[in-house]
Amino acid sequence: MNEERTAGSLALYGILTLVAAVMLLPFAWVFFGAFKSQAEILAAPGAWLPESFTDFSNFVELFTHRQFGTYLGNSLIVSTLTVVSNLFFSALAGYALAKIPFRGRGFVFGCIIAAMMIPYIALFVPSFFIIVQMGLLNTLFAIFLPIAVMPIGVFIMRQFALSVPNELLEAARLDGAGEFRIFFTIFLPLVGPALATVAIITFLNSWNYFLWPLIVAQNQDIFTLPVGLAVASQGAKSTEFGLLLSGAIIVLLPVLVLFLFLQRYFVRGIAATGLK
Amino acid sequence: MSQTDIGHERPSLWQATIGWTFVSPFLVIFLVFTAIPAVIALIYSFTDIGVADIRHPLDVHFTYFETFARVLTNAGFLKSLVTTGIFVVVGVPLTMAIGLALALALNSGIKRLRATYRAAFYLPVITNIVAAAVIWQYAFTLRGPVNTFLAELGLQGPNWLGNPNMAITTVILLTAWRNVGTCMVLFLAGLQAIPGDVHEAAAIDGASARKRFLYITLPLLKPATLLVTVLMTVSYMNIFDEPYLLTKGGPLGATRSVALWVYEQFGHGNIAAAMAGSYVMLIIVALLGILQLRMLRTSQ
Repeated sequence: MNEERTAGSLALYGILTLVAAVMLLPFAWVFFGAFKSQAEILAAPGAWLPESFTDFSNFVELFTHRQFGTYLGNSLIVSTLTVVSNLFFSALAGYALAKIPFRGRGFVFGCIIAAMMIPYIALFVPSFFIIVQMGLLNTLFAIFLPIAVMPIGVFIMRQFALSVPNELLEAARLDGAGEFRIFFTIFLPLVGPALATVAIITFLNSWNYFLWPLIVAQNQDIFTLPVGLAVASQGAKSTEFGLLLSGAIIVLLPVLVLFLFLQRYFVRGIAATGLK
Repeated sequence: MSQTDIGHERPSLWQATIGWTFVSPFLVIFLVFTAIPAVIALIYSFTDIGVADIRHPLDVHFTYFETFARVLTNAGFLKSLVTTGIFVVVGVPLTMAIGLALALALNSGIKRLRATYRAAFYLPVITNIVAAAVIWQYAFTLRGPVNTFLAELGLQGPNWLGNPNMAITTVILLTAWRNVGTCMVLFLAGLQAIPGDVHEAAAIDGASARKRFLYITLPLLKPATLLVTVLMTVSYMNIFDEPYLLTKGGPLGATRSVALWVYEQFGHGNIAAAMAGSYVMLIIVALLGILQLRMLRTSQ
């Protein structure tokens, strides 16, 4: 019986390791490929490993001649704005929806669900019209504005706020504290983990945001990293894969590093809501 | 004393003001970028709006159902509906089956490396799609790493991105790769909610592992399964990034999804057609969503 169990679990570990290896293979390709020269990329059959891991010429080329510095800066600006704005406004809304009794809360909650359900593809054309009418076309603000307060953030904050004990807030209200003060001094310090989850989800969304920036950023100076990489890859010759893979690493690295350190918040976010 | 009374029994009008103030930033963004666009798209689907009218949006003619009729009889649109159907019918079960298998394996009592495996399976979910598509384009070129590996096994690798059927397969592989982790996490949460003593009791009664899976695990996993089905169906129905980046909808339009068709019509200046097409999609997604949520509700 015991031997059987050991053999079974060994087989299980074997299968899990194999699947994990296959799932992680693309990361090996990108890290090996990014350090390959044009000649190495074109070689057939190609080697697994690049000749050198210290040849950063692909990265240097991206930043000096391909404007990746601008793209990186734009991505950082948009993501920072998005995270800060979502943290503040979704905490405010979540607090109100969970802890302030007022008429119409059900309606607002319905709006949140609707906003999460409506496929984006149905909205981008009219949203483009609105941005044009606002005179914001081709600005970083146009990229940021539609995701300034994401429904998923409000949803998470509301769910978490429900678990904050009413007694604490009531006690503060009895002491005459206003709702703003209660929000800042009592509510916010209690919901740290939820804020971390919202920060990560909204960062991920804005950093990986693709279709909308592709449409409203029509000038290279406004491109974010994914748009810049996509445009570069469409005009590219097959000889440029080393360059493109280096670009992919620049896009991937910040998220991978965050994931390594904050994994539980990523998984909590998805498990808590069932949404990406 | 009176001060505390006022604090406790603030008029509800005041609370309503504060409440609506706190939710107003969300509502403004929702109104401007979700509610109003949804209405605009519906209205303009009944007009002949073109790219020239973008700056004068009130200067259009109502043509009623002409645009819808044109879209619904357009060969390209119908083909994109079929293609999207293939993505859903093949991609959703494939992604869910792998996700469920991984969740079951991780939930089968192994202790060591559990978190590491889970992280490895989840990592593709957070991978940027543009970067992933670049990696895929490189890996699946005719003489890229995938075919080099197949050659080492003595196999002739196919033209992954150049042949219509293989291109659909490659797009589905990429999409599945990025969605398996989501399925796994949700299934895992569902599995962990099943009390262990149910299994123990069945095992004592002599139920085999296969029977326990079929008659205990699967039925108790139904809510999680339906949730994952809804999520995966919606995300495969709306598939855009993967075919756009990997194949541009080609070769020969083999991977052009409805979303990609809408995007192309928008690019060609056929604004009314783009909006009507996206509304057809919206209605299909909504109907499927409602149907699946109904099933979810009755099962609970």
